[in-house]
Amino acid sequence: METPALAAKNIVKYFSDPVTVKVLNDVSFSVNRGEFVSVIGKSGCGKSTLLYILSTMDTEYQGELYIDGENMKLKDHSQLADVRNEKIGFVFQFHYLLNEFSVLKNVMLPALKLARLSHEEIEFKAMEKLKLLGIENEARKKANQLSGGQKQRVAIARALINDPLIIMGDEPTGNLDKKNSDIVFDIFKQLASEMKQTLLIVTHDQEFANKTDRIIEMEDGAIIRQ
Amino acid sequence: MKFALIFDIARSLMLARFRQTLIAAIGVTFSITMFIALLGFMNGLNSLLDGLILNRTPHIRLYNEIKPNEKQPLLLSEEFRNSYPFIHSIKPSGGRIEIHNALAIMAELKKDNRILGVSPKIVSQVFFNSGSVDITGVINGVDIDQETRLYAFNDYVIDGKSSDLKLVPNSIILGKAAAQTMMLNIGDLVQVTTPTGERMQLKIVAFFQSGLQELDKTQSYASISTTQKLMGKSNNYISEIQIKLHDMNKAPALAKQFAEIFNVQATDIQTANSQFETGSSVRSIISYAVGITLLIVAGFGIYNILNMMIYEKLDTIAILKATGFSGKDVNRIFITIALTIGIFGAVFGLLLGYLSSYGIDQIPFETEALPTIKTYPVAYNISFYVIGGVFALVTTYLAGFFPARKAGRVDPVVIIRGK
Repeated sequence: METPALAAKNIVKYFSDPVTVKVLNDVSFSVNRGEFVSVIGKSGCGKSTLLYILSTMDTEYQGELYIDGENMKLKDHSQLADVRNEKIGFVFQFHYLLNEFSVLKNVMLPALKLARLSHEEIEFKAMEKLKLLGIENEARKKANQLSGGQKQRVAIARALINDPLIIMGDEPTGNLDKKNSDIVFDIFKQLASEMKQTLLIVTHDQEFANKTDRIIEMEDGAIIRQ
Repeated sequence: MKFALIFDIARSLMLARFRQTLIAAIGVTFSITMFIALLGFMNGLNSLLDGLILNRTPHIRLYNEIKPNEKQPLLLSEEFRNSYPFIHSIKPSGGRIEIHNALAIMAELKKDNRILGVSPKIVSQVFFNSGSVDITGVINGVDIDQETRLYAFNDYVIDGKSSDLKLVPNSIILGKAAAQTMMLNIGDLVQVTTPTGERMQLKIVAFFQSGLQELDKTQSYASISTTQKLMGKSNNYISEIQIKLHDMNKAPALAKQFAEIFNVQATDIQTANSQFETGSSVRSIISYAVGITLLIVAGFGIYNILNMMIYEKLDTIAILKATGFSGKDVNRIFITIALTIGIFGAVFGLLLGYLSSYGIDQIPFETEALPTIKTYPVAYNISFYVIGGVFALVTTYLAGFFPARKAGRVDPVVIIRGK
């Protein structure tokens, strides 16, 4: 059997400020390649906390995390940065584009960091991704000249630039109106079905979740249904 | 990790806060400018003041000192061989102030390749007779060619030609102040009386002005032979041999050596003029201290601006880290910003420092004391520029180090969750 894109084993996480609280209790699941998975649950159920652990940014947890079959516990901070760069694409609730740069440059940055292709190839690839998301005409604008929906699409293009193993989203439609949410969802759906892109999206939008391949439902730091 | 990308990001961050970055760079520029100008001016002034005394002073003087004989007759007596005598009221003996065999010593010294030049000198007290008044003074018998070559004598001659001293028999160069007191002009005769009562009429060929009023009132110069004639001595009478070395720092050691070899008294310039060296080094220390203080203040400016930039750019740092930039990369970005500010500041500072030194050099500065100086003295020493440049880079690096480390440690989860 193929190694799962991502596998979490018995993940436990405590918050110790101001009192020690167990926020994640023995969470285990795996995501296979090409799956479109959504994680839902009420506010405070620990779904975002889980996502940040899965994204390798939060390293203070117990249990084990495998991405592409590799144990993340064995890597130091700069190796984890390389993993995020190469294998994970992020889409946050807030777009987090860098206003100092053009839209195109924002998309290119992770690939420039990876430095696997030449500058021209990266630029070409970034334009391809922007075309895929229908915003190629905005490429030369500064990031802060775009509308909210457009910004979120740029953020998705940025997540896609290194052809990541998995795309993680933390409420990617949370800040968008109905129309733009639908556009973003359609993009995710298209990525999953046409390009076999693995997606793991945290949301509290039941309607959004219902349209994904698989729903993981959390409550009080534990998975109650998957 | 390619440096080009780090630099590109650093540049974008700087351009985004262009005005702040510029102010930080101007801070560095200003302090480097002041550092260079201050040090150049201070050192120019130092060498001028040192030159005032040191250029005119021989590095080693050989002379005979009038002092009591160390071997008193009593000590030679067999009878008191084993006693410890106390002798009262000893008087100096001999009274021979000329150097024994001076011409041979000078010939020997001229062969020494550590020595730049040797010049003889005779010093005698005299009275200048002006009407019914006698004015006390000192006559220096010198070899005027050597004096000009070794001690820049011509710099202080303000009227007439010093070389006439050896062309015109029985001639003298008077201090300007003494000449004014006696109402004498070039070409006039002045009557000179020695302590032993010899009298002579000397012709004035030039005036000198040293800048030290006391010297100008009392000192005068004549040729060696004129002085010997005036004093009624033979032509091997020389009371002092002055030596100028290639390297002034060897003076104390050589003075000791010559004193032993030639059996004379020897004084080196360091012992005779120690106060000047102390003055110079204290002035240098003060100017370095001021310059470095300015740079440190500029460093704090850079520190502040980088710290503010990091607070403003927390989102940017967080997302860079989330998309795969490591803490080290982020650290390098901010160090690059600090060093860029430092390099630009230093380059312009060194340039402006040179220009302001040049500007100071053009300001007229005329003083009675220094007839050859027309503008403010400035030293253009390459080492000031090197020290300034290096120190600017070190300060900006240190100013960037802590903010950059802080930026490198920003936890992206905290920032992203906070939204």
